[in-house]
Amino acid sequence: MTPLLEVKGVSRFFGGLAALSDVTFQLYKGEILGLIGPNGAGKTTLFNVINGFYPPSKGEIFFRQQKISDMQPHRICKLGMARTFQVVKPLQRMTVLDNVIVSAYLRTGSREKAEKTAVETLHFTGLFEDRYVVSKGLPLGRRKRLEMARALATGPTMILLDESFAGLNPTELNESIGIIRKIKESGITIMIIEHHMKVIMAISDRIVVLNYGQKIADGTPEQTRNNPLVVEAYLGDAQNG
Amino acid sequence: MKKYLPLILMGLLAMLPLVGINTYLMHIIILVIMWSVIGMSWNLLGGYCGQVSFGHAAFFGVGAYTAGILYNKFQISAWWGLPASIVFVTGFALVIGYICLRLRGPFFALATLAMGVILRVTAENLSFLTEGDLGIMIRERTWVDKTWYYYIILLIAACTFYLVKKVIGSKLGYYFVAIREDQDAAESLGINTTLYKTIALCLSAVITGMAGAFYTNYMGYIDPKVVFALHDISIVAIMIVMVGGVATFWGPVIGSIIMVLLAEGIRSIPNLGAAHHSFFGVLLIVIIIFLPNGIMGDNPKLKKILRWGRTP
Repeated sequence: MTPLLEVKGVSRFFGGLAALSDVTFQLYKGEILGLIGPNGAGKTTLFNVINGFYPPSKGEIFFRQQKISDMQPHRICKLGMARTFQVVKPLQRMTVLDNVIVSAYLRTGSREKAEKTAVETLHFTGLFEDRYVVSKGLPLGRRKRLEMARALATGPTMILLDESFAGLNPTELNESIGIIRKIKESGITIMIIEHHMKVIMAISDRIVVLNYGQKIADGTPEQTRNNPLVVEAYLGDAQNG
Repeated sequence: MKKYLPLILMGLLAMLPLVGINTYLMHIIILVIMWSVIGMSWNLLGGYCGQVSFGHAAFFGVGAYTAGILYNKFQISAWWGLPASIVFVTGFALVIGYICLRLRGPFFALATLAMGVILRVTAENLSFLTEGDLGIMIRERTWVDKTWYYYIILLIAACTFYLVKKVIGSKLGYYFVAIREDQDAAESLGINTTLYKTIALCLSAVITGMAGAFYTNYMGYIDPKVVFALHDISIVAIMIVMVGGVATFWGPVIGSIIMVLLAEGIRSIPNLGAAHHSFFGVLLIVIIIFLPNGIMGDNPKLKKILRWGRTP
C-alpha cells in the first residue's frame, strides 16, 4: 500500500536553528495520525512545511505520489490537503457562511453549488445556527470549529488540524471529538497536533513524537505511552530527576 | 425599489442634458462622474481586495498619455485612446503588479507611491514621445458642446458600476475580500493570492486608465504634472473612497460628489483657492477619526449623530 503522505528526511532551518531535522514518516489513507511533542518541538513548523508555507531546507514531501515540497500552499490545497491554524485566522469581517463559501469556491465556480457545500459543511460541524454571525464576534471555541469547517469545505482528501482542541471547554471538546470521528468516517485522512493527551490517545491510530525538531517515536498510542524516550522528553531525565 | 435604484438614477442622469443646464454646471457633473469611475476602480483594489494603492495616478497618466500620444504622434483621433489604453494600461499594471504585489500592506502602498512618481519623471523626460513638460494639446476639439462628453463618461461610469457589482457578487469578489481579510488564510484555502491580486490590480488599473484617456479628450491638454500628480490624482482617488465609504457600491459616487464640490467651492473663495489641499487634509483626518468606514459604511452612526443633534 502506497502512503498518502510521505515525508522524507525533511529539515528546516531558521538561520542557524534547526527547527526540524531529518524528519521521516508516512501517513496512510484513512488514518488519524497524532503529532505530539513538548513546546517548541517543531510541530507547527512541520505543518507549515507540509502545507507549503515554508519550503523545506532539505528533504522531500510527496502527497498522492506527487512531489509537493516545491509547491505553493494554494496548489497543495487544490490537490486535496487542507489545514487549520493554531492561531485562528477567520476572515474577520465576513459572516461564518461567507467564510465557508470562500473555501467551497475552490471546487466550483457557481454560487449555488458553493453555498450548498458550505451549508452542508456548517451542518456537519454544528455551526449552522451561527451562519449569519460576523466571524469577528464568534467565541474562540466556535472560531476553532470554523477553521475546521473552512478546511472541510475545500473538499480535501487529507486534513491537517493544528490544536483544534486548545482552549475548549469540556462540552465543546466532546463535540469536537465527535466531529473528528465523523470526518474520519467520511473517508478523510487526518493529521492532528494536540496537547490534550487524553484526546490524542483516544482518537489517534498512530502517534509521531517530535522533540527539538527530531522524530523520537512513531507507533500506536500504547507503544508511545510506554516509550522511555517520550516519557523523558515530557518529564525530563529520570536518572537525574 | 432598491434594486432598480441604479437604473432609475441612470434614466434621470440620461435626461439631464435635455433640461438645459449651463456649461459650468455640466463641467462639474462630468468631473463628478469621472471621479466616481476612478473611485470605483480604486475601491475594487483598495476597498475589496485590501491592496491600498497610492499610485493610481500612474494608471490615469498612462491612459491619458496613450490617448495623447496616439493623437500627437500617429495623427489619429484621441478617442482611440479609450480602447488602446486597455491594452497599454494592462501591460503597465502587469509590470507594476509583478514588482509591487509581492509586498504587503504599507510596503505595497509605498511601492505604488514610488511607481506613480517614477512614471511622472519618465513622462517629463521622454520628450520625444510625450513632449516633456510642454505637454500634449489636442488642437481640434471633437465637440464644443459638453453633452456628448457627458454621455460618454456616463456610459463608462454605468459600465464600471455594473462590472464592480458583477465582480463583487461572484467568486472573484469573494476571493478579493478573503485576501483582504487574511492573505495567509486565503492562500491555505486554495486561493492563488498572487493571481487574484493581479486580476484586481489589472481591472482597477484599466478602468482608471480609461478615465485618463477620457480626460485627455475632454480637457484637450495634458502634461506630466497634471495627469501623474500625486496630490491631485492618487491621493484624491483614495480620499473619495475614504470619505464615501470603503468597500461599498455607492461610497465612491457619494465621495466624488463631496470631493469635487468641495474642491470647486474652496477654489472659488477669493485668496484661499490654493488652500484646498489643506482642507482636504483636515477633512481626511476628521473622517478617519469619526467615520472610519466613510459615509456609506458608517451610515447608522451618521444617522445617530444627526438625530442627536436635533434633540436638544
